[in-house]
Amino acid sequence: MADRGDELAASIRDAAESGQRLVVRGSGSKPWLTATCEGEVLSVAGHTGVMDYRPEELVLTARAGTALDEIEAVLAENGQHLAFEPPRIGGGGTLGGAVAAGLSGPGRPWRGSVRDAVLGVTMINGYGEMLAFGGQVMKNVAGYDVSRLQAGAYGTLGVLLSVSVRVQPSPECERTLHFEQDAPEALATMRDWARLPWPVSATLHERQTLSVRLSGSHAGVAGAVAELGGECSDDLSLWDQLRDRGHRLFGGPVLWRASYPPAAPLQGDECAMEWGGAQRWYRSDVSEHVRAQRGWMRRADAPGQLPGGTYSARIKKAFDPQGVLNASLNAHTGDGEASDAH
Amino acid sequence: MSRSLVLQQLKSILPPASLITDAAAKRPYETDGLTALREQPWVVVLPETEAQVAQVLRICAACEVPVVARGAGTGLSGGARPVSDGVVLGLSKMNRILEIDIDNCVARLQPGVRNLAVTEAAAEYGLYYAPDPSSQIACSIGGNVAENAGGVHCLKYGLTVHNVVGLKLLTVEGEVLELGGKGLDAPGYDLLAVLCGSEGMLGIVTEVVVRLLPDPAARLVMLAAFADTELASAAVNETIKAGVIPAGMEMMDRLAVQAAEDFAHAGYPRGAGAILLIELDGTAAELAALEAEVTAVVRAAGAFSVDVARDAQQQAIMWKGRKSAFPAVGRIAPDYYCMDGTIPRRRLGEVLGEINLLSREYGLEVANVFHAGDGNLHPLILYDANVPGELARVEEMGGRILERCVEVGGTVTGEHGVGVEKLDQMCVQFTEAELRQFERLKAVFDPAGVLNPGKAIPTLSRCAELGGMHVHRGELPFRNLDRF
Ligand SMILES: Cc1cc2nc3c(=O)[nH]c(=O)nc-3n(C[C@H](O)[C@H](O)[C@H](O)COP(=O)(O)OP(=O)(O)OC[C@H]3O[C@@H](n4cnc5c(N)ncnc54)[C@H](O)[C@@H]3O)c2cc1C
Repeated sequence: MADRGDELAASIRDAAESGQRLVVRGSGSKPWLTATCEGEVLSVAGHTGVMDYRPEELVLTARAGTALDEIEAVLAENGQHLAFEPPRIGGGGTLGGAVAAGLSGPGRPWRGSVRDAVLGVTMINGYGEMLAFGGQVMKNVAGYDVSRLQAGAYGTLGVLLSVSVRVQPSPECERTLHFEQDAPEALATMRDWARLPWPVSATLHERQTLSVRLSGSHAGVAGAVAELGGECSDDLSLWDQLRDRGHRLFGGPVLWRASYPPAAPLQGDECAMEWGGAQRWYRSDVSEHVRAQRGWMRRADAPGQLPGGTYSARIKKAFDPQGVLNASLNAHTGDGEASDAH
Repeated sequence: MSRSLVLQQLKSILPPASLITDAAAKRPYETDGLTALREQPWVVVLPETEAQVAQVLRICAACEVPVVARGAGTGLSGGARPVSDGVVLGLSKMNRILEIDIDNCVARLQPGVRNLAVTEAAAEYGLYYAPDPSSQIACSIGGNVAENAGGVHCLKYGLTVHNVVGLKLLTVEGEVLELGGKGLDAPGYDLLAVLCGSEGMLGIVTEVVVRLLPDPAARLVMLAAFADTELASAAVNETIKAGVIPAGMEMMDRLAVQAAEDFAHAGYPRGAGAILLIELDGTAAELAALEAEVTAVVRAAGAFSVDVARDAQQQAIMWKGRKSAFPAVGRIAPDYYCMDGTIPRRRLGEVLGEINLLSREYGLEVANVFHAGDGNLHPLILYDANVPGELARVEEMGGRILERCVEVGGTVTGEHGVGVEKLDQMCVQFTEAELRQFERLKAVFDPAGVLNPGKAIPTLSRCAELGGMHVHRGELPFRNLDRF
């Protein structure tokens, strides 16, 4: 439990003055994201502690260096959880890192993303100024939404000092259903179920099996189990493995992640599908197919690249004009080469 | 370039019915839902296509003619209020539903599509669009994006920002940015999140892709009546504490209940000091358990009656009083001023009590009808604009309510936006460095300040001046000068 805010701000101001580059690090659980960054490591480790948590407000505020484990333990004591299920790779990970990386877990389509859960941040921009945006309330439209902009920005716009997130009551009951289905069948099943109010909270298709997580009240889940059929289990470890990249999928050779409209046709070489079809994993680069379906793809262990483009570059400048923070993640294409869109 | 040349250029690219210069015809565009403030725009344009929008922007940007986007004009903070030397860019003619894609459960919409029209179009597939502002029969999806609009169902299903997956944005430099799409994420900075709630300051939204959700298997609406707002506030907190997230949880106080009952005859208990409308949804079996649980919680919190509407027709009647509460209050006073602060839920009872004291201090009646589950207050301050000085007192009292919201850890606006209305309170909520960061973000998209000038973000000099003023709150110098 320590507040290192002033010290971190001073480091950034010094770096900005001396033209130095900094690499922002939380607990170092996702090192590939900043693998291409040069500069001195600015570690947020030690800047820790849950600052405010009142279960009835459904909001938790913690310093950015607080371990996800610690946060989830505090929440669990009160029957609540982080609905966006950020990965805890190798058991590690901090709240700030989770937001900066912008990675959401297997429940993404039903429970929302990291950015959906962000309510407010305090941060230090590249000028070394300490700033607060958003807040601790559910609804807030005062000023531009700079706090949600930090989700998935890989720390290139500022060092997060604290984050307020919306938390949710943990479901009363969860089950896993397994169905033997090939990929086309599974895609059709997921598409059909998306239009119906089943208490689905995660899906995985892999090796001819469609697995579905159901979450909700006892009555709701029991009803769905009875209607949907399949092989029912109360083993939920599959979903934690997926979430934390401990699943065998992540153990093999090169892995590519693609994001699609959920019902996009299959390419054929999928090795797994999640998110009702909206997230698919491949062993090779199939960008052509993905682009044709209006999706995008990247290697699972790729650095946190921010595509170039006029507006992207200008946003970086607006927060960090000297390029102090994780600067090499910003692809600096010149004006006119607009790849802000995809 | 002279104004007449600009006008000539606009004429050359727009059909005659899409260009309004006549003073009488411009009148409907003088104000939005914040009718206390009016201004005649220079010109109103109503483009029919994205290409026309792009041309209008190009022409105006080249000569730095201000452009104020306008959806349906239901905004309550003066966001779409014209500037006298500027163009109002109305999107009402771009009102086509481009696609209902049931395979991906999304709808692709032009910005002028009315909020309710989305759910109406999706209903035949058993789908709906969740954010449902009370103005949903009129307000546009483009305006919803620009304000990050909320509604009755946002506690469980999220705000506009949680339900929009894609946007097409025309920048003032004439570029088309496609942000997101039908998938769940996109590479790069999350500009989509920034655009939601940006009040027409960063670009013109020309297309919106929204997620459609499956209709719940079953739902019910519960009306719990209490002796006062303090008890009702406690019931709100106890419900959430019990681990229940209702699909909606709205509060109305005594004055709002009476006004709504006179207007809508929804069967609200007239003697109640406060009522809660609680919507629950799920499967039939789930709902039975939830109903029992919530009934027990609100009874224990002091509800003296609990009624449940089970079929769609009864539910519509029960909601009718709430959904028509604003016009209903409009009938009991010549004018009302709607505030929009959000506070931590646990402070509801306390802050409502303080609003009551302020109401007495100023001799101005207040009706409260609001999104209690979200802690999003809507005190409606009743007044008469024809009484000299009364509006100024209303604004002062409203300002004090909002400052109190900030003090208890909340915000000056939960869903209606800053517009021109809450610029002063923004100075209270944000520091100079934060405001400067907002300015730099604005300059990313619109360095010349062509889009919606004077809205959403106060200038530093305005706040500096106000800083001095705050010492003597309520005794603003130059009271008679136009503060907007
Ligand atoms: C009776 C009543 C009840 C209401 N209830 C609610 C409620 O429950 N929840 C809620 O959130 N709000 C509510 N509102 C406020 C209002 O309806 C919302 O803010 C709504 O989103 C405004 O939409 P509009 O189309 O009318 O936008 P307008 O008022 O026309 O414009 C609002 C802002 O959006 C900008 N804008 C509009 N279209 C575009 C575009 N295409 N591109 C870029 N910028 C654009 C404008 O410049 C302006 O700044 C209520 C209003 C009324 C009158």
